[in-house]
Amino acid sequence: MKLEQNPWFSIVTKPEQINQQTLWQKMHVDVPLLFGITLLTAIGLIILYSAGGKDMHFLMRQVGRFALAYGIMFGLAQVPPSSFYRWAPWIFGFGTIMLIAVLIIGDIGKGAQRWLDIGIIRFQPSEILKVAIPMFIAWFLHDKVLPPSFSVILICAAIIGVPVLLTAKQPDLGTALMLAFTGISVLFLSGFSWRLMILMAAAIGGVLPLVWSHMHDYQRQRVLTFLNPERDPLGAGYHIIQSKIAIGSGGTFGKGWLNGTQSHLHFLPEHATDFIFAVAGEEFGIIGACIILAVYLFIVLRGMYIAIRAQDTFTRLLAGGISLTFFFSIFVNIGMVIGILPVVGLPLPLISYGGTSMLTVMASFGILMSIQTHRKLVSK
Amino acid sequence: MIGDGTQYKCAWWRFYFVIIAIGLLITALFGRMVQLSIVQRPFLMQQGDARTLRTISMPALRGMVTDRQGYPLAITTPVTSIWINPQEFVSNETNIQRVAKIIHEKPSIIRKRLAHNKNKEFIYIKRQLPPRQTDKVKALKIPGVHFLPEYRRYYPDGAVFAQAMGFTNIDDKGQEGIELEFDRWLAGKPGKERVLKDRLGHVVAVMDTIQKAEPGHKLQLSLDHHIQFLAYGALKKAVRENKAQSGSVVVMDVHSGEVLAMANYPSFNPNIRPKRSGSQYRNRAVTDVFEPGSTVKAFSVANALMSGKYTPHTKINTSPGWMMVAGNTVRDHRDYGTLDVMSILQRSSNVGITKITLDTKPDSLWQLLHTVGLGERTGSGFPGEVSGSLYHHRIWAPFTLATLSFGYGLSVTSLQLAEAYSIIAADGVKYPVTLVKRTGDAQGKSVMNPKVARQVLSMMESVLQKGGTATRAKIPGYKVSGKTGTSRIVGPHGYEKNHHIAIFVGVAPASDPQLVVAVDIKDPKAGKFYGGLVAAPVFKTVMGGALRVLDIPPDDFGAEARV
Repeated sequence: MKLEQNPWFSIVTKPEQINQQTLWQKMHVDVPLLFGITLLTAIGLIILYSAGGKDMHFLMRQVGRFALAYGIMFGLAQVPPSSFYRWAPWIFGFGTIMLIAVLIIGDIGKGAQRWLDIGIIRFQPSEILKVAIPMFIAWFLHDKVLPPSFSVILICAAIIGVPVLLTAKQPDLGTALMLAFTGISVLFLSGFSWRLMILMAAAIGGVLPLVWSHMHDYQRQRVLTFLNPERDPLGAGYHIIQSKIAIGSGGTFGKGWLNGTQSHLHFLPEHATDFIFAVAGEEFGIIGACIILAVYLFIVLRGMYIAIRAQDTFTRLLAGGISLTFFFSIFVNIGMVIGILPVVGLPLPLISYGGTSMLTVMASFGILMSIQTHRKLVSK
Repeated sequence: MIGDGTQYKCAWWRFYFVIIAIGLLITALFGRMVQLSIVQRPFLMQQGDARTLRTISMPALRGMVTDRQGYPLAITTPVTSIWINPQEFVSNETNIQRVAKIIHEKPSIIRKRLAHNKNKEFIYIKRQLPPRQTDKVKALKIPGVHFLPEYRRYYPDGAVFAQAMGFTNIDDKGQEGIELEFDRWLAGKPGKERVLKDRLGHVVAVMDTIQKAEPGHKLQLSLDHHIQFLAYGALKKAVRENKAQSGSVVVMDVHSGEVLAMANYPSFNPNIRPKRSGSQYRNRAVTDVFEPGSTVKAFSVANALMSGKYTPHTKINTSPGWMMVAGNTVRDHRDYGTLDVMSILQRSSNVGITKITLDTKPDSLWQLLHTVGLGERTGSGFPGEVSGSLYHHRIWAPFTLATLSFGYGLSVTSLQLAEAYSIIAADGVKYPVTLVKRTGDAQGKSVMNPKVARQVLSMMESVLQKGGTATRAKIPGYKVSGKTGTSRIVGPHGYEKNHHIAIFVGVAPASDPQLVVAVDIKDPKAGKFYGGLVAAPVFKTVMGGALRVLDIPPDDFGAEARV
């Protein structure tokens, strides 16, 4: 199918717009994406002010991080996709080496070696891989015949497998699964066969008992607790029960900004970071939660639209991979908070308090903007 | 463009599939949100409230007790108790040391208590500290350390009012004395509040007041702190000087039955809890009985006068200073010869009083003593008050009657004695005894011939005059009536030889009686033991001071000339 025949294309792009370069395009800014991100940033800061206990100093640190992250996003948007294509193997290689470095010299935070202290900031190398993996897989698949052959898929599996295993070893199961999904989503978008996929699913199913036996105790606890939170209401199930109470007691309209009892009275753990969605649910109710979900959905769909409109395999797969990774991190976090997924320590992108994950997310949006604004103009 | 511009051949439909999948997953999230916040909402809300809302009891301010002028005798101040939840408290050295330092407790004691109560969720670390101290502990913000607002009772004048006031226990409940008697009046009602607590159990906000705490009522006693101080001071001095075991003083207002002072010695400081012991906190003036001895003679004489057979000047021969009554000997200190009735009272002649009493109707003396309140509780309502004993005999054996006439074979309390004498002082009118200040006039009941009462009163003036037994009780400027008494203490084997109770009861001013003071001092061992020697000086100090304090005009202008 040719691009022009794509129904999406005809819906969202009027032919006369194609040759017009707006100011935004010259600045390599994708306005809908920027709109969505900015809206979410604003919502996030409002919630964080409440979740952080009305601490202005705390909030300003997050604002500072956002400033840096926006800078990175706009900066990367200026970079043409061909540069990403050239850098892809290097970025991936750098990220993987960093992962190994973490295992050797990393800081221990909250019971796991995830951090690398490079003087100015401590950062999580696994975050780099969230962008590096789709980039490298897309790079690898770019000049292959698609749908990929079995041997190509095996090589991709190896490429994905190394960082995933390194991350799982830290141990950071949540991020490891995220990375695996990121790679697989790019493979999926490249069109590898259903039959193979079912086979792999079966294989994973077969490996699960093996994984179980190699899991750390706390990871097993999380899975068991996920299956039955009431099993251990004071210990492992505490997080889920408290966040369910927070959301449930919020009701339709919520208790109002700054009025959430679960978070303000410290019943809700990690309420400024991983469980911040529960604060939103408690204070703004289902209405507020829906608005947040809608903005997220808008950003993801915009990303998918950019992927669909991308003009070559590398940019298309990269944009698709980035969008799906973003969606996946939202889904896993919210799913965890509302008790349909196990508790894995993943932040809610753009809302949770915290450094590196925000920088990666914003960097990936920069790449999306670059892909969208560096398109070769179609002239007939 | 990148590379050689290879046409992407990846399947379009996969992108749409992904978009649809995203839509479905978002819908799943939404569905779960609806389930939680609409379907399960009542349950989850209740769970949330169960974690944060608590009903706590608010202590009520206990009412203040004052003397008749409004001088505070018992006041309540807010204090704070510190408790620890061992489940939340991180019991490391720093935490323990920091808390211990502020509350002046040994760290080892706190450590031991924590170790003993590892599995509990509530242990007191220190109770009832002043707010200044607990604020310092609060500032440490140590998890698991909690604070309980309470009230603490203080008795500004400690030992002086100790037995009359009584005290409350650490939970602010009346245990003794006025505090016990009027506990319900003073206590008030604790309130209930619904509060919001955080995970560590700290109260974050008060949601609503279910029931307001009602402060207790104020109580104004009939006691006068000036007179009480006088009484306590004089009593303390006398008990110490005479090396006595104990003593009591009761001061009563003749025309209202109000107790103006009620002091006991030895006493205790009610503000120091561990120092309270049974023998010290007993209000001896109402709980301890003794045989009134010669103080009963005033009533024996009244009984004789009421019989109509005697006047104050009827002559009786008391020679040779002893007589036999049904095989028992009744003795005087010496042979007084022929005495008139007034002199019998002045000299306290047992022989004389026996002779006139045996000449009256056998039941009449008992009747009189009974109507003036002996053998019955005064009705003061004071906790632990005893009635004493006054036995009624169907047939009065002469010796039994004789001993009753000079104060043996019955027992009384200091308060009863004061009450009985105030009836004589009030022209035979009996007023209900009370420790609470009266708001209106007291309703009295006439129980004795007023003429006889006046006669006895004026006869008793002679007791303090030359030749009387209590010259040491004289108060310059005032005519005073009174009667001494010295009785033996009953021990396990009957009357004990060298153990006495020295008693003096007096009324002043005799021409217009206002006050009664009863003094009894138990077991003086410094040589003197007669009521006129040991108890009368106490009476003099207390009565003399009380008359001045109450600004009662003198009635004896020739006093100096007569001394």
